Amino acid sequence: MGYTFAEKALARKAGLESVVAGQIVTVRPDKLLTHDNTAAIVKEFRKIGVARVADPKVNVIVLDHVVPAADETHATNHKVAREFAAEQGISAFYDVGEGICHQVLPEKGHAWPGAVIVGSDSHTPLYGAVGAFAAGIGRTEAAAVMATGQIWLRVPSTFRIIINGPLPPRVSAKDVILRIIGDLGADGADYRSVEFAGPVIRDMSIAGRMVLCNMSAEMGAKNGVVEPDEKTREWLKGRVTHPYEEIHADPDAQYERVIEYDFSDLAPQVARPHAVDNVVPVTEVAGTRINQALIGTCTNGRLEDLQAAADILRGKHIAPHVRLLVLPASREILLEALDRGLVRDLVAAGATLLNPGCGPCLGAHEGCMAPGEVTISTANRNFKGRMGSKEAFIYLASPATVAASALKGVIADPREV
Amino acid sequence: METKITGRVWKYGDDVNTDVIFPGKYTYTISDPKEMARHALEDLDPEFAQKVQPGDIIVAGKNWGCGSSREQAVTCLKEAGVGAVVARSFARIYFRNCINQALPIVTCDAVDGVESGEEVTIDFAAGTVTTPRGVYTFPPLPAEVMQILEAGGLVPYVQKQLGIG
Repeated sequence: MGYTFAEKALARKAGLESVVAGQIVTVRPDKLLTHDNTAAIVKEFRKIGVARVADPKVNVIVLDHVVPAADETHATNHKVAREFAAEQGISAFYDVGEGICHQVLPEKGHAWPGAVIVGSDSHTPLYGAVGAFAAGIGRTEAAAVMATGQIWLRVPSTFRIIINGPLPPRVSAKDVILRIIGDLGADGADYRSVEFAGPVIRDMSIAGRMVLCNMSAEMGAKNGVVEPDEKTREWLKGRVTHPYEEIHADPDAQYERVIEYDFSDLAPQVARPHAVDNVVPVTEVAGTRINQALIGTCTNGRLEDLQAAADILRGKHIAPHVRLLVLPASREILLEALDRGLVRDLVAAGATLLNPGCGPCLGAHEGCMAPGEVTISTANRNFKGRMGSKEAFIYLASPATVAASALKGVIADPREV
Repeated sequence: METKITGRVWKYGDDVNTDVIFPGKYTYTISDPKEMARHALEDLDPEFAQKVQPGDIIVAGKNWGCGSSREQAVTCLKEAGVGAVVARSFARIYFRNCINQALPIVTCDAVDGVESGEEVTIDFAAGTVTTPRGVYTFPPLPAEVMQILEAGGLVPYVQKQLGIG
């Protein structure tokens, strides 16, 4: 009998020959991610009452959620995290300006095929893009992982989603995952492991795979994963310097569901307020007036996303009533975007460039909305109140659709600009 | 842990996300649980935080607690005195956070048998939720998970494991 990726990854980590879906295992994760919430987690860690973290090499701390600090409270949180990293000898500490945790962690080589990673952030599944098993956890259990080095996990059952194509021009990973979430629903993959496979995935960049795995959380998945291939190994070169053993699902693995798509005629997709699974083709919402457009976040702040936006906006100017915010996902991406002239293209077109970080995605700073306002964003969540006012409206779309919309001042089809 | 609790119901629908249970804008500015309780369900039901009584029970549809991993979405309810959350299903991180904070959690379809303001009784030993219009059963939690709940949450559980306190 064959096993899924999740079963094989968790069995290996638990030191068992095999495990099956539903089983509870205790594992020692390879990495534990915490971000601005490190301060709150440290409080829980102190409450437990141990002096030292179980293994400082496991901890990865990235300050990204409200950076640079918007006020004294945030500044104090950052200070606690900084001091904790120094006190505990945590070398994987990335301060203000390095970027969003989910970009920085793999960029700096803390994710690799077969690694088991937990993070106190719901979009932790992103690391599945390089073949890791990665799941989000809460603050208290992050503190417990710090203290004990271990965590219990229920072995998830698995959906395998096979995507055929090729994708049409100006249709990208974001459109793919929005369509899938629209079909399966916000809890369609609750507690499941999701394996993305098929020709479209093989053709897709690591950046695109990150979009899929990141947003698998929005259909409730415990983790999302793409089988490692030559692209993965190439991307990891120079980042992960230690040897690793890839995990591939068995051809005869037992899947709860196998879902197959042909996306060769997929239209750009948009999630309407206030739910990520409220998805329609862009044509159904085209013409909706917007106030703000956002390109960035852990979902779509990568180089190819900035490139897609620049290709649409180069030499043009956004609509006069629109604020376009651009946040590269990391310092590395910002530098590359500078080298390629993408920052110039975007800023000349009217964009406001913000520092690498989460920005306004969670409504804390750098572009919150007033009542009645509309933002179209490349982020992963459009919940009521998420970006400020609970009477504001968030539409989610691909970088190309967001750029086209900023240009027109209304939600627009990127195939028509 | 009490084996049987009765409480007045606050009934909600499907896919209630952690942003409306505890808004993101407060996640790094509010650290006092009492203050968290004052914002509980603020963007879903502004009356809740003002009128909730100790022992009240939330009964909801599917996928309660989807979205962000923020644990304050559990802490704020626990601090407000909520005795248990009963839902058709839970988002997985929310489920874990409830166990870790020792907020009793029940997965069943009781939402079909009760309206806001009515009472339900949860019998943890028998695995039943009794509503005005029917009795709903739920499976016991896995033993590993039950141990954490019975210890009073993850912090005391880990302390016990490590022989602290």
